[in-house]
Amino acid sequence: MIKEPNDMMFRVFIRMIAIIVVTFSIYLFFSGHNAPGGGFIGGLMSAIAILVIYLVFGIDRIKAALPFNYTYMMSIGLLLAVSTGIISWIAGYPYLKQFFDYFQLPFFGEVELTTALIFDLGVYLLVVGAAMTFILTIVEDDS
Amino acid sequence: MTFLHFAVLAPFLFAVLVPFLFKYIRKIHTGWFVLFVPLILFIYFLSFISVTSDGRDELQRMEWVPSLGINFDLYVDGLSLLFALLITGIGTLVILYSIFYLAGKKERLNHFYVYILLFMGAMLGVVLSDNIIVLYVFWEITSISSALLISYWYSKKASVYGAQKSMYITVFGGLSMLGGFSLLYVMAGTFSIREMVGNADVILGHDLFLAAMILVLLGAFTKSAQFPFHIWLPDAMEAPTPVSAYLHSATMVKAGIYLVARMTPVFAGGAEWFWIITSFGIFTMLWGAVSAVRQKDLKAILAFSTVSQLGMIMSLLGAGSAAFYYMDGDNALYTTAILAAIFHLINHATFKGSLFMVAGIVDHETGTRDIRKLGGLMTIMPVTATISFIGLAAMAGLPPFNGFLSKELFFTGITNVVQYDMWNGDTIGMILPVVAWIASIFTFAYSAIIFFRTFRGKFKPEALPVKKVHEAPAGLLISPIVLAVAVLLISIFPNMLAYTIIEPAMMSILPGILSEGSAFYVDIYHWHGINLELMMTAGAVALGIVVYITMDKWSKLGIYQRERDIMTAAYDNGYDLLIKGSQILTRAQMTGMLRDYLVYMLLFIVGIMFYTMFRFEGFHFGMDNASDIDIFMYFILGALVITVLLLPKVNNRMTAIILAGFAGFLVAFIFTVFRAPDLALTQLMVETVSVLLFMAVFYHLPNLTKDDITPLTKTINIVIAGLAGLMVTLVSISAFTFGQTTSLAAISEYYIENSKILAGGYNMVNVVLVDFRGLDTMLELLVLGIAALGVVSLIKLKVRESDDV
Repeated sequence: MIKEPNDMMFRVFIRMIAIIVVTFSIYLFFSGHNAPGGGFIGGLMSAIAILVIYLVFGIDRIKAALPFNYTYMMSIGLLLAVSTGIISWIAGYPYLKQFFDYFQLPFFGEVELTTALIFDLGVYLLVVGAAMTFILTIVEDDS
Repeated sequence: MTFLHFAVLAPFLFAVLVPFLFKYIRKIHTGWFVLFVPLILFIYFLSFISVTSDGRDELQRMEWVPSLGINFDLYVDGLSLLFALLITGIGTLVILYSIFYLAGKKERLNHFYVYILLFMGAMLGVVLSDNIIVLYVFWEITSISSALLISYWYSKKASVYGAQKSMYITVFGGLSMLGGFSLLYVMAGTFSIREMVGNADVILGHDLFLAAMILVLLGAFTKSAQFPFHIWLPDAMEAPTPVSAYLHSATMVKAGIYLVARMTPVFAGGAEWFWIITSFGIFTMLWGAVSAVRQKDLKAILAFSTVSQLGMIMSLLGAGSAAFYYMDGDNALYTTAILAAIFHLINHATFKGSLFMVAGIVDHETGTRDIRKLGGLMTIMPVTATISFIGLAAMAGLPPFNGFLSKELFFTGITNVVQYDMWNGDTIGMILPVVAWIASIFTFAYSAIIFFRTFRGKFKPEALPVKKVHEAPAGLLISPIVLAVAVLLISIFPNMLAYTIIEPAMMSILPGILSEGSAFYVDIYHWHGINLELMMTAGAVALGIVVYITMDKWSKLGIYQRERDIMTAAYDNGYDLLIKGSQILTRAQMTGMLRDYLVYMLLFIVGIMFYTMFRFEGFHFGMDNASDIDIFMYFILGALVITVLLLPKVNNRMTAIILAGFAGFLVAFIFTVFRAPDLALTQLMVETVSVLLFMAVFYHLPNLTKDDITPLTKTINIVIAGLAGLMVTLVSISAFTFGQTTSLAAISEYYIENSKILAGGYNMVNVVLVDFRGLDTMLELLVLGIAALGVVSLIKLKVRESDDV
């Protein structure tokens, strides 16, 4: 790991790149239903963005800037995925049945909303959480 | 989901509340809240008496896994009602008792009551389930909750030892029983006990009959502490006394009795059922009684006494089961044994429950249970002494107590065996009554030892840990008094349970034995005239007195000093051998080298794949209809092959990482060419993350060193790797050819057609992930989460060298 990062260009550019990567990952997440992408890919890409920042700025800065508890993020993701299934189950449908419909929203026009998106958000959160937990745990280990 | 289902699940549901009650309402002992659960259930089950005493039963169905025939069906008949009343009734008293017994400020009551409630619910499930798979699930929960309760004071080594022992033995039996249940399903085609009873003749004629029977009996014998599996019960006495009174004398150990009674109509058509159960039961009775005399701990005496009494009930069930063997025989000859079994089951629950509670009181007030230190407590603790006198007199079989009544019936039932045809009455059959009689002598002797060594004799205050010994508080005394009163009531009015409880229970153990329209008629009375049974009792009492009086002499013998059961030594040695054996096995294969584990996995996969493909003639080779390969694909594949071949040769870690990443990106490129953008994207992401991970930890990694592996190992590894590659290639080609040559529709067609219609998405891959196969995704998420937590626990919580494992 880079102990004393002093590469100015690197630092400036990585901020821009990270924003682009995160934005693209959000795009991938939302487009997943009809175009390549989805929660898994989007999640991995977000994890990459965070990792790149981490590589350049070091662990303390990243912890101050992005104070997430990735273990909680995993559990929230898993809970989201499980609970979307439970809702349809309580409503009398098979477990994990997903629903979709088309809505006319102001400004956005016709939009398709699905419960699968919530499920996919669970996937997204879990993937980010798990990837970051994997890597940060290994990196932080100093023994 | 009916009210009956709710009744079975109520203890589980209430158990969820217990930790909160314990945490937020500290002023009131948690037990007071828990007390309502068994009390209300007891009253609820009492209402079923009107159903069963008319000879009717009640079945409440609920589907669980209907496709496998596993349904949460609850069935209330005479037998299950008897047990449900015992579980809830004794449960109420035990929880009341525990409130005063576990009054210390530091007791972890939340644990205790959660385990007790778990047990109660599971036990109700065992006796009320009609489906054997559901029964099995509840059965194992009783084993687990029992082990948790035994290890309640887990800082004591003996508690943990006892918990492990009971767990190993009962779970071993439980798993055997599951095997037996599976065989029963194979034979009868149903998991429902009622339907099995209907198919009993099919089961009887089947080849698997004996195997299923022995496996089911293993479950029953381990649970009900029959020889040689009884050794867990004395060690289970490390549990708090309320637990011993509840689980290890009144209810859980009777689950095996219940199972035998329940399965009697299914299995008893075979003569083996009769002689296995009767002989094991009668031998257990003797073994337990003789061992009990040698004990010095009050609870240990009671534990071996329980073993003995369970053996007695078991042998009675065996003797009575002959009714199914001789379907046309004299009914009273066999049914007396069943009557005695049920009657003694009730009596045993009352007197043994009160005796355990008394032992707990003595322990609580004096600080010891060692009969060598105790003595002379009669004047100090008069109420306790009275209760234990009633209980002990009943246990010893003295008239007019209820134990006398059931023991007379027991002698009748067991001497009747002499008249069965299958035993040569004058030779082998005679052994049973004789053994039973000898066991009764020792039963009287240990009952006398408990009473006279604890309450009579000289008071030795200097030997006791507690200095000011006094009578127990009223709260502790309520429950044993209630049980002692029950003993007295049954003794004076033995027939009060005959119509309501005993006859319906007999009906459910012996269905179809009676001719149409007739019913069992139970009339229990004290005086039968001077007959063989009375003489046997008198003889047992007389010789029992002799055994007690000469105690000072024989207690100097070596055998008296050996408290531990000899079977325990066998268990301990077997356990050590098992540990050593598995250590040797583990060390042989767990090298700590990733490479070796990969070899195991690949060998297994390759072996099983090749076997399956050859066995079912799965190989198809033919490249018709294959599309042409573009020129640039040769370049990509060539680059991939070269990269992979180079990898093992690289000695620099940085180069190796870059090469591996390059190979990954090439694969992503192939995915792109074959129009799988989602796969390609995922592959790209994964490769990027791995490379980033390597970069992050790069400074921590040691330099690559040349491993000193022999050329032979190297060759073997190359062969295995080659085989794995060959297998994947062959299977892919076969799959392709198979798809081309058969007319089966590809599974993907369904998704292509329906992903937009049913799930509203054009991206089929993602729709499959989140909708069509959502459950798979969810479980994969779970796996990913567990893996991440695994990494955390491996790295952050790793064992230091100084830590004790």
